[in-house]
Amino acid sequence: MADKNIILSVKDVEVKFRVREHYLTAIRNVSLDLYEGETFAIVGESGSGKSVFTKTFTGMLESNGAITNGSILFHDTDLATLKSDKEWEGIRGAKISTVFQDPMTSLNPIKTIGSQIVEVIEKHQGISKAEAKKQAISMMTRVGIPDAESRFDEYPFQYSGGMRQRIVIAIALSCHPEILICDEPTTALDVTIQAQIIKLIRDLQKELGFTTVYITHDLGVVAKVADRVGVMYGGQIIEYGTVEEIFYDPKHPYTWALLSSLPQLGIKGEDLYYITGTPPSLFNKIIGDSFAPRNAKAMKIDFAKEPPFFKITDTHYAKTWLLDPRAPKLEKPEAIKDLHEKISKMTGKGGAFYVDE
Amino acid sequence: MSMNNEREVILSVKHVDVTFGDNKKKPFKAVKDANFDIYRGETFALVGESGSGKTTLGRAIIRINSCSAGEIIFDGERISGKISRQQDRSVIRNIQMIFQDPAASLNERATIEYCVSEGLYNFHLYKNEQDRIAKVDKALEDVGLLPEHKSRYPHEFSGGQRQRVGIARAMIMEPKFIIADEPISALDVSIRAQVLNLMNKLKKEKNLTYLFIAHDLSVVRFIADRIAVIHLGRIVEIAESEVLFKYPVHPYTVSLLSAVPMPDPIIEKQREPIVYTKEEDDPNAAPREMREIRPGHFVYANDEDMKIYLDRLEKMEAFHGE
Repeated sequence: MADKNIILSVKDVEVKFRVREHYLTAIRNVSLDLYEGETFAIVGESGSGKSVFTKTFTGMLESNGAITNGSILFHDTDLATLKSDKEWEGIRGAKISTVFQDPMTSLNPIKTIGSQIVEVIEKHQGISKAEAKKQAISMMTRVGIPDAESRFDEYPFQYSGGMRQRIVIAIALSCHPEILICDEPTTALDVTIQAQIIKLIRDLQKELGFTTVYITHDLGVVAKVADRVGVMYGGQIIEYGTVEEIFYDPKHPYTWALLSSLPQLGIKGEDLYYITGTPPSLFNKIIGDSFAPRNAKAMKIDFAKEPPFFKITDTHYAKTWLLDPRAPKLEKPEAIKDLHEKISKMTGKGGAFYVDE
Repeated sequence: MSMNNEREVILSVKHVDVTFGDNKKKPFKAVKDANFDIYRGETFALVGESGSGKTTLGRAIIRINSCSAGEIIFDGERISGKISRQQDRSVIRNIQMIFQDPAASLNERATIEYCVSEGLYNFHLYKNEQDRIAKVDKALEDVGLLPEHKSRYPHEFSGGQRQRVGIARAMIMEPKFIIADEPISALDVSIRAQVLNLMNKLKKEKNLTYLFIAHDLSVVRFIADRIAVIHLGRIVEIAESEVLFKYPVHPYTVSLLSAVPMPDPIIEKQREPIVYTKEEDDPNAAPREMREIRPGHFVYANDEDMKIYLDRLEKMEAFHGE
């Protein structure tokens, strides 16, 4: 990916939270480069730190949390050093904005839809109310609100869940951000609405050219939207690569486990694979590979020393001792071999369910 | 598995309507003419989007919502409409529910022991304290929890464990039939598999029948023997789950399947969701009803639809080489 421009460069970021006199390390030395115009998906279980990680890009950590190490370079600014709201002005919501999971809680229930979009445009662009309203209506139309002009003065409760999420997207995009963070944007929505919202974000991305960071636990959604994928576990990215590399040639035992436990791959009459144990407590210092205690095939060194990233291809890296030349050769589990063939068979022609041509 | 008559029907939903709002004002039919049988020992899934009436229908079976038309027969007896108090209690014992959000469905101020015992208390299903505790221990053991968990409170458990408590609470009543309303939607990916395995294990051990209500077709394929797809209160297609995935006939089913993302980037990158526009609104169309297009495979259609659906089905069968 040498030909692509890096838009955001995260180096060794560590995030700690203070909880009742204890410190919890939510993010442990994560580095990541985001390329202009790409869609990067972050997957992981709840508590793996995926939301916390992206909140550092917009300075939205809860008040008991702080970046305790590392840098986040965006253009010439190190976002990790920004503190006050004033310093964040012009970046949060303007250059980097976020779409959250639940559109009902991210919209103000007692203000009209229109006023909530206008507010953002006015604040960041410093233009007149009339001009802002014009822009807001055009943005509403763009995200697929029919008859935007007459729905401008309605309240969130008068909108359906999918429509509300469209409005949240309109607000997030109203200042033409360079990076859009989508934090589980479709988890609260029905599948058919989810498909529409995903398509909307993709179409707008093509048109406006922003970079998207997608946070989700749904590997189906990842397969649909992502160019590249990072798998998070215990506050770290433990494997990243192109979406094809992660699905068809995963290297980390946790990625194996995550893919294997998909109900889509289940065989009737047999038990589904599941990951035993619980994720590591982030209050304690984690020694070695954080996934080792839940990995039946963990090696001695996994409990003693943290693995470095091993390079598989120019784009694919995994943090596991299995890739060390001295490690025994371990194959990925049966359940996720020939993934594409298996799923093709299940879904019929060309992957789509048969439809009249 | 065939749909032969040799299989015993445990629950029969006969032309059931559920209507909300009184008839003078504007009544709203949440479930329209639901008509299907569930066989003993199977997992029957009811799949639809929010507002489709899937939960309402589940609640009608367990007598929380009343039917405005039709009837529901359980184990040979009518359980809808007016029934005796004794019968009502037997319905509650024999049909139990597992809910979506285990955090919301457990009393957070009660210990696990109380949460699990509640049904026993209400129905005096224990000889003495010792017997009750033994039953609670057994129920917890069945779902993979330990006796020492009894004294804890729901908030001390993880989501997956709480859902296990929800299941133990239902199982302790020794029901024959379980309505599981989105039992894994609120759970993490890795925990979903555990809960599904547990449900399958208990089903085998205790010879249970499940009505599994869900919005996620991809999960249902693994757990269900048969699937009914419901759209705006109307069941539009019923088939064995493999059949429904391979040979979906009704356009709504096709649209729903097209929207479910599969964990396969090559497939997903070339797949476009198919949008379903409701054809039922056409006032000139001939009336539709559930028709059997292949043995055991039902679709909501009229003569005209049938022609289109049969044509599509034959093409799909040709593609799959059958």
